[in-house]
Amino acid sequence: MFGLPTQDEPIPFDELPLDDPLLFDEPAGVVIPDIEWSAIAPNLILMLGGILLLTVVSLVRGRTPSWFSAVWTISTAVFAGVTLVPLWQRVQDDGAESVMAGAIGLDGFSLFVTGVMCLSVVLGALLLEGYLRREGLAGPEWYVLLLLSASGGVTMASANDLIVMFIGLEILSVAVYVMAAMHSKRVSSQEAGLKYFVLGAFSSAFLLYGIAMVYGATGTTNLVGIQQFLSETVLTQNGLLLAGFAFMLVGFGFKVGAVPFHNWTPDVYQGAPSPVVAYMASGVKVAGFAGMIRVFVVTFGPTYGADWRPMVYALAMLSLVVGSFGAIVQTDVKRMLAYSSISHGGFILVAVAANSEAGTAAALFYLLVYTFMIAGSFGIVTIMGRTGDGLHALSDYRGLSKARPGLALLFTVFLLAQAGVPFTGGFLAKFYVINSSVSQGQYVLALIAMSAAVVAAFLYLRIVVAMYFDGNTYRGESATLAGPKVRIPAAAGVALGIAVVGTLWLGILPGQMTSVAGDAVAQLVAIGP
Amino acid sequence: MLELTETWYLVLASLVFTIGAVGLMVRRNPLVQFMCVELMLNAVNLSFVAFARSLDDVRGQAIVFFVLVVAAAEVVVGLGIIVAIMRRRQGADADDISLMRG
Repeated sequence: MFGLPTQDEPIPFDELPLDDPLLFDEPAGVVIPDIEWSAIAPNLILMLGGILLLTVVSLVRGRTPSWFSAVWTISTAVFAGVTLVPLWQRVQDDGAESVMAGAIGLDGFSLFVTGVMCLSVVLGALLLEGYLRREGLAGPEWYVLLLLSASGGVTMASANDLIVMFIGLEILSVAVYVMAAMHSKRVSSQEAGLKYFVLGAFSSAFLLYGIAMVYGATGTTNLVGIQQFLSETVLTQNGLLLAGFAFMLVGFGFKVGAVPFHNWTPDVYQGAPSPVVAYMASGVKVAGFAGMIRVFVVTFGPTYGADWRPMVYALAMLSLVVGSFGAIVQTDVKRMLAYSSISHGGFILVAVAANSEAGTAAALFYLLVYTFMIAGSFGIVTIMGRTGDGLHALSDYRGLSKARPGLALLFTVFLLAQAGVPFTGGFLAKFYVINSSVSQGQYVLALIAMSAAVVAAFLYLRIVVAMYFDGNTYRGESATLAGPKVRIPAAAGVALGIAVVGTLWLGILPGQMTSVAGDAVAQLVAIGP
Repeated sequence: MLELTETWYLVLASLVFTIGAVGLMVRRNPLVQFMCVELMLNAVNLSFVAFARSLDDVRGQAIVFFVLVVAAAEVVVGLGIIVAIMRRRQGADADDISLMRG
């Protein structure tokens, strides 16, 4: 029915060759594959760092100081980032390879994504430190979950096997479900956690069903095996495989918040604790897109690109349009940024739909820039939420330029970068994406992307106007900022500094990073000799 | 007598998956929604086993164990979130939990 290979008739029991010496003489030993630990060092460091942190704080008598967990997390992420350097050299010199019995791929792509994940952990931890103290929530669990979820994301980005990718996705997601629901004093946080959980589990099931279908059609879950099978075999009935593509695309679409699977994004972003949103919007999306590129562009791209590209094309187009127009009617800054992140997702999908190496490089560069600017934006939202994390209406930003001119300026930079203004990373990121799309002949999509960027610019300017101009004579009121005083914790200040430097650096001197993104080629290599 | 081939199991799995997916969208009680997620995951398990049988490949059956573990971990987290919500108010209905709209 589905074009399945048929199987021989099973042998009845009394006809089994039980006296065959070959059947019992060989002891059935388990063959343990060679594991090269150094190749998965960044992932191991992130995961062990999380587990050790949990152990240490449980063994210490009394409460550990609140800065301890943050410092631990940041050093772990930085250490994991440092171990990427020799691995990167090795991949550039000797080429990509498969490790862990073919389950993990060591290539430029996975290392680049790992680096971006480490970056988003550092920014997330810096924002969390002041936030937890302000909200009176001190606890190491947030940081443990942050590290564990990052290790899941790294697993996902470097998986060479669909099941390994699924497990990475679950480690990533389950930790983030908990983090979204962990602000015990806000009901909306738990509501966000529940919504995220139900829809996340729903999408995981879809992804898994897609994996099952691809397994049924190709006979393996290994990406290298699938790629080989698809290039060597012409399937007479490929309905099962195409259904697998569709289901997997639904699963990934939910994770990256692509329209029409975006409905959870504004609610969850609004309800979840702001620093967690900073991580969700950067780290989780980066990992989701990495998985998507690895499966669709690298594995299915060469043989079945023509079949999935229209689907991604439609997702990209819808995300761009809905993300840009949906943001306009919002009055809550967190919801606005949620819609803007949907529209950014649309841009990255444009690069995925290009189905080329240039498209992958453009997507990677976009993800790096996006991490800086979205973590910076949500960093400011974290600070502006003030105690209770509730002041997120656009009117709460009125007069910010008078009260905290520095903060208003930083937010302006992040928003202009998101709008794609030249001399910020956002401009070049959008430029490379559109470039890769046009070079594949997707003119209509490129046009829609550019128009969507213009519409989205209106939203960013609306926030800027609220900060700078509305305050002066807004309905005859004075120019003071409403609500309690804005305090900037030192750690959050550092995070904002890193984010703004990154955003501007990638806009003014992008050469180095674009060549790194260009070198970060995703490759599927069979297990070496 | 009708012979039960793997295709029957695949059709059954797709039916169970559909019941789970529709149930998750239609039912409003989070506990029932969790059960629907379980239905979906177990339907996938069934199709993995059926595929493994028809491909004569034991790896498909090994995958089921991974999926079981993941499903268990997911439910633990989901129930934890529900307990946290129930502590704050009576009754956990997905329609009650709707502060955020728009």
